[in-house]
Amino acid sequence: MLENINTFASKFFVTGDPMIYGADVSIVLATVGILFVLTYFKKWGYLWREWITTVDHKKIGSMYFIASLLMLFRGGVDALLMRVQLAAPDLKFLHSEHYNEIFTTHGTIMILFMAMPFMFALFNWVVPLQIGARDVAFPFLNSVSFWLFFFGAMLFNLSFVIGGSPDAGWLSYPPLSENAFSHGPGQNFYIWGVQISGIGSLATGINFLVTILKMRAPGMKLMKMPMFTWSVLASCIIIVFAFPVLTVTLALLFVDRFFDAHFFTIDGGGNPMMYVNLIWMWGHPEVYIVVLPAFGILSEVVSTFSKKSIFGYKSMVFAMMVISVVSYFTWVHHFFTMGAGADVNTFFAISTMAIGIPTGVKVFNWLFTMYRGRIEVSQPMLWLLGFIPCFVVGGATGVMLAVAPADYQYHNSYFLVAHFHQTLIGGTVFPYLAGLYYWWPKIFGFKLNDRLGKWAFWMWNIGFYVCFMPQYALGFMGMTRRLYTYGWDMGWAPLNMVSTVGAFLMGIGFLFQGWQIVHGILYAERSKATDSWGTGRSLEWSIPSPPPVYNFAVVPQVKGFDDWYLTKEEMNKPGYKAEKPQFEAIHMPKNSGIPFVMGACWFLAGFGLTMETTFSWMIVPGVIGLIGVGLCMFARSFSYDTDYYIPVDEVKRTEASLGRVV
Amino acid sequence: MSKQKLLRRSGFFIMAALAMVLLSGCEQYIVLDPKGPVAEVEYRMIVISTILCAIVVIPVLAIFAYVVYRFRDKPGNNAPYTPHWDESKVLEIIWWGVPILIIGILGYFTARDTFALANPPKTEEPPMVIQVSSMDWKWVFHYPDQNIATVNEVHIPVGKRVEFQVTADNAPMNSFWIPQIVGQTYTMPGMAMKLGAQADHPGQYFGSGANFTGKGFAHMQFKAIAEEPAKFEQWVTNVKQTKPALTRAEYEKLYSVPGLVDKQEYSSYPKGIFEERVMENGGDNHTGHFEHKEAAKGEMSKESMNK
Repeated sequence: MLENINTFASKFFVTGDPMIYGADVSIVLATVGILFVLTYFKKWGYLWREWITTVDHKKIGSMYFIASLLMLFRGGVDALLMRVQLAAPDLKFLHSEHYNEIFTTHGTIMILFMAMPFMFALFNWVVPLQIGARDVAFPFLNSVSFWLFFFGAMLFNLSFVIGGSPDAGWLSYPPLSENAFSHGPGQNFYIWGVQISGIGSLATGINFLVTILKMRAPGMKLMKMPMFTWSVLASCIIIVFAFPVLTVTLALLFVDRFFDAHFFTIDGGGNPMMYVNLIWMWGHPEVYIVVLPAFGILSEVVSTFSKKSIFGYKSMVFAMMVISVVSYFTWVHHFFTMGAGADVNTFFAISTMAIGIPTGVKVFNWLFTMYRGRIEVSQPMLWLLGFIPCFVVGGATGVMLAVAPADYQYHNSYFLVAHFHQTLIGGTVFPYLAGLYYWWPKIFGFKLNDRLGKWAFWMWNIGFYVCFMPQYALGFMGMTRRLYTYGWDMGWAPLNMVSTVGAFLMGIGFLFQGWQIVHGILYAERSKATDSWGTGRSLEWSIPSPPPVYNFAVVPQVKGFDDWYLTKEEMNKPGYKAEKPQFEAIHMPKNSGIPFVMGACWFLAGFGLTMETTFSWMIVPGVIGLIGVGLCMFARSFSYDTDYYIPVDEVKRTEASLGRVV
Repeated sequence: MSKQKLLRRSGFFIMAALAMVLLSGCEQYIVLDPKGPVAEVEYRMIVISTILCAIVVIPVLAIFAYVVYRFRDKPGNNAPYTPHWDESKVLEIIWWGVPILIIGILGYFTARDTFALANPPKTEEPPMVIQVSSMDWKWVFHYPDQNIATVNEVHIPVGKRVEFQVTADNAPMNSFWIPQIVGQTYTMPGMAMKLGAQADHPGQYFGSGANFTGKGFAHMQFKAIAEEPAKFEQWVTNVKQTKPALTRAEYEKLYSVPGLVDKQEYSSYPKGIFEERVMENGGDNHTGHFEHKEAAKGEMSKESMNK
């Protein structure tokens, strides 16, 4: 009996590494700690009512943000572990398999469980406020999206202590990711973790697409929308077309692994090249999914802090839409060396370079928004100023990579690693942080500390260049990615050491930001002021901070682009008199526990199907989970009590308490 | 020392240290030091694209620095301030036009060289064929013309066109790369991709697998030894006379047992085993990607690789 339990445990849990045991202990302690705090302070009900069941886009945004912050920490620790192992030749810090797991989870987590939720946090926080809406088009679906993302991420992270992590790279190419070369449940964790959260992402894409097209306040024509809303629209269009490809690809890989099919193994008539094509048909647009909102954020920030309207609005919108279309026609540049032939390679090389044109145009437009403006270097603006040089260089190396014959030499080398980190950190994370600092006072009613923020900024920025510039050089020295170790003979040692130092500087930058948030919660001065920066231009700056649950007491009548700026101009005219608002009862969606339960059922299903390859009885929880998902949909289909009205009196009371004219 | 001065000085030291590290040992930048015509074409494209990108990047960075400095929000800054100026047809045309022009030029060069590498000039003599199998986690080289085989080291004659036919045998996809001689191409099970190459200078060059294949991937590096044809022939004769034969059983061990092995040389190998293994790995499902040896020496089929 005892022996049986022993064999079971050694197969079920990841064993043998002191670091993992340390993690096990800290996970148990943290869980017990959280349970204790919740029980001791009697917060279970609060947590359930205010957060878990919420359909309020602002709260869902905050939950996305917290999740992405935790995942940034996890992915960052992964990065530092790798950099320690590579700091010098022949180090024995991590053995090969452990290193392989870490770079796989690092990539997957940073893109799918850090960048995506960070982006969704900003979508949720800002888009309804910018278009004068009271919530998204489908608030219930919004909650489903979040819980699918959350449980997908949890499932993926579970592989760390149970069953073993995936180790075939963040896109898990077959045949390596097929049964023949990856027996354990690791790859299944990858498939189900990404699959479940991917369905959530697709739903979010649909949700915001509809929200932007249908929920805009009267008077806000498409060409009067703020730039960030435009960028979200562009990004959602890509999501809607790209994510189904991911879902199908992963489903096929699952069928291969689970039913021994041969979609992607060549010996049964399938073809691994098909997987590589399919995954990049999602994977390349995915890059633009995360980067387009970044462009939107920057357009808002640059205009607000240059105190000047955005330069070339039409051209910016056009550029963004061009990017969203062309992003579907570049995927082959991820594998020029797979022998598609000169004609195909030339087409994709040129389409890839071409996408650099609208992207470059945007940089010029930002520069000329600043030109003849008055640049106030606030925290959001600081990140924009860090972004521009970083992104310009990263974009240029992207064009260099697009040159197919040259790519035969860059492919899979550290030159590539340096490039995509430059565009993803410099081009995406920096702008997201700009957006975070920019909208933080709107969502939470206080600003983050300036001094700490400057430290964080410089640590991140200096750290970035110290970490990644040497990696370009390492690429030219022939160092390929995903090496867990290297010898003394190649001369790669000094640059790797420098790179590791840079990675730690960025880590310190992150710690400053963590402290900044804690500091803000404890000490920052609260302000309900609508226009937190004093120079806001779009609708979100016309309502109190944080906004009340219904956002707008009266749905605004939009006069034009930069509506709040126009209102402020009017208010400054002599003889201006504020109109007395006409309140009406506000129609709002009701909270629901179904999304959470449904997410949990997906988790159970995913976990069961993942572990089934090791323990065949795990199919039972898998099937129960799937049935649970079905039941949740059934329950939702027959619930009719899904909305309510906030009476006029209550609206008036709330508005008065926020210091508004009633 | 004032704070600013301190910052400036420490900045200087950081830059100096970086420059020292980056510039130490220029000969280590093997990608920028091609030793054969194929790698040279690739190197030339690296240079051209860097220059063309610099034409955009440098002015942008200069404008950026100027704008941020000139229009900062400081009391007493007398730079013009036009909060409503947000459109200019002329400027828009310039910054759509210039990148389009540059991409046009770069696109032309890219197309030219992509096709040039895919269709190498026909030589009277057929290229020397070397068949390459990536296995878990070793490289096996077959020399069908010489009927010898090597593991984790490849010899090629200088000044002679070589055609690598690469595949993965009972192993995940890898990528075959000898930076100073030829850029990468994927090795895939059931397919034999062709890669034309040539070394113009004798020497020992670094080669490696560039696509991740699991546990032993980091050790999949090999030496490519280019030597004068006479010396190459001498090496072949030497191998034939002094080295053991690679038996079928041993060959089977190479592909079926994942692991690392030392460099090896064999006086012969089972005839046609490379073709046989490509078929065994699923090749007959994809006849377009692999032709038998007779066909391989003739015209290249359209689907087959290139360079």
